[in-house]
Amino acid sequence: MKAAVFDYEKPQHSEDAVRLVAASGGIGKYVAGSQSLGPMMNLRFAQPELLVDVRGIAALRECHDEGTHGVLGAGITHAQIEDRVVDDYTQGLMAYVARGIAYRAVRNRGTLGGSLAHADPAADWINVMSGLDAEFLMAGPQGARTVKSADWMIGAFTTALEPEDMLTGVRIRKLSASARWSYYKFNRKPGEFAEAIALVIDDAAAGVCRALIGALDGAPHLIADARALVADASAAALEPHLLDAGLEAGSYEYQVHRVALERAIAALRTHGRNPQ
Amino acid sequence: MSDTLKKPLQLTVNAAPVAAFVEPRTHLADFLRETQMLTGTNIGCEQGVCGACTVMVDGAPARSCITPAIACAGAQVRTIEGFDDDALMNELRTAFSAEHALQCGYCTPGMLVTARDIVMRLPDADDARVRVELSGNLCRCTGYVGIVRAIRRVLDARRAAAAQPRTVASAAAAA
Repeated sequence: MKAAVFDYEKPQHSEDAVRLVAASGGIGKYVAGSQSLGPMMNLRFAQPELLVDVRGIAALRECHDEGTHGVLGAGITHAQIEDRVVDDYTQGLMAYVARGIAYRAVRNRGTLGGSLAHADPAADWINVMSGLDAEFLMAGPQGARTVKSADWMIGAFTTALEPEDMLTGVRIRKLSASARWSYYKFNRKPGEFAEAIALVIDDAAAGVCRALIGALDGAPHLIADARALVADASAAALEPHLLDAGLEAGSYEYQVHRVALERAIAALRTHGRNPQ
Repeated sequence: MSDTLKKPLQLTVNAAPVAAFVEPRTHLADFLRETQMLTGTNIGCEQGVCGACTVMVDGAPARSCITPAIACAGAQVRTIEGFDDDALMNELRTAFSAEHALQCGYCTPGMLVTARDIVMRLPDADDARVRVELSGNLCRCTGYVGIVRAIRRVLDARRAAAAQPRTVASAAAAA
């Protein structure tokens, strides 16, 4: 239960972090809060020989209000989002979700970017960013590049990041003041990774009504136009979407995802947003 | 171990400066227990699930088993031993005793650190919220009823104290 031997660096600038990982010949890995990588290293599922700690890079902890969009730095912690000490671009959705991530001691150190780069299908941000259609901002040896939400998650624990790329932040289209949203996560014990996730975002002013089925085997299943589903969330109306998501009719997984989506839609219709 | 990599580390532990050389792979819990002899921090699962190793890092609870010691360079670390003279922690200790909130005591240091954070951060928490906030700390013997009651007792006492009109003497003492 002890991590294998590794070296450790904590640079102050993104360029230095990228240079260190690029020069490591594939043995280096970025780390921020170490709340996912730490357990994996203790269990020796992961044995990087160099950790490049990016928590010293101030730029990763910043938010940038770009008018219609907002950028959240990858180094922002879940607790900062929960406590609303960073900009809220999502009308409270992210703060609501953050409060349900793992436990406070984990949220104090775990970061938005770390979770997204780790890309556990049952984690919260990977699903929420898909629902928000976020852009993923990366720094690499060739400079900065951007990946659309649909191209971020290739599969479980696999993203568009090359080994030397660092996720620096996400760009989110701001939700309108009138936007409705609802998030439902099913897990057996608070704080565990989800068995099913459902998210509905209805932002009529922006012409957006999306639903998402998450905590699948791989990337979440996005329903780009969920207007009909929000109007009629009957089992028959849900079925084609659940099958499209790769769920097998009659299975336990199908049932928990169906109920999660039903409840997310019901909460949206009743409350507009999840009661805080 | 002479051929293994060690790096210099400076941090503050329980208000005292500490300088040491550590292997980067040494997590904070092992560093505190093995080199600082602060064995009040218990190690349970060593994968961030059970909460027994919870300590304060820069004023916020953190899992010391999944935080490398070297990642705490420059940080203020406070373990259960660092709360000996802390008024709120002493209220919690008394309440834990009164409510039978511990039996073997293995989870207790982590429980107390989490409990103190709940009382400080969520003074209006109801029992349901206390339970959710405690869900990252596992107890395998007394169960959670006594622990929730102990936290409830401290929350209620502090609420009652805050509602009392201040006497001339206490106002003078506060000034």
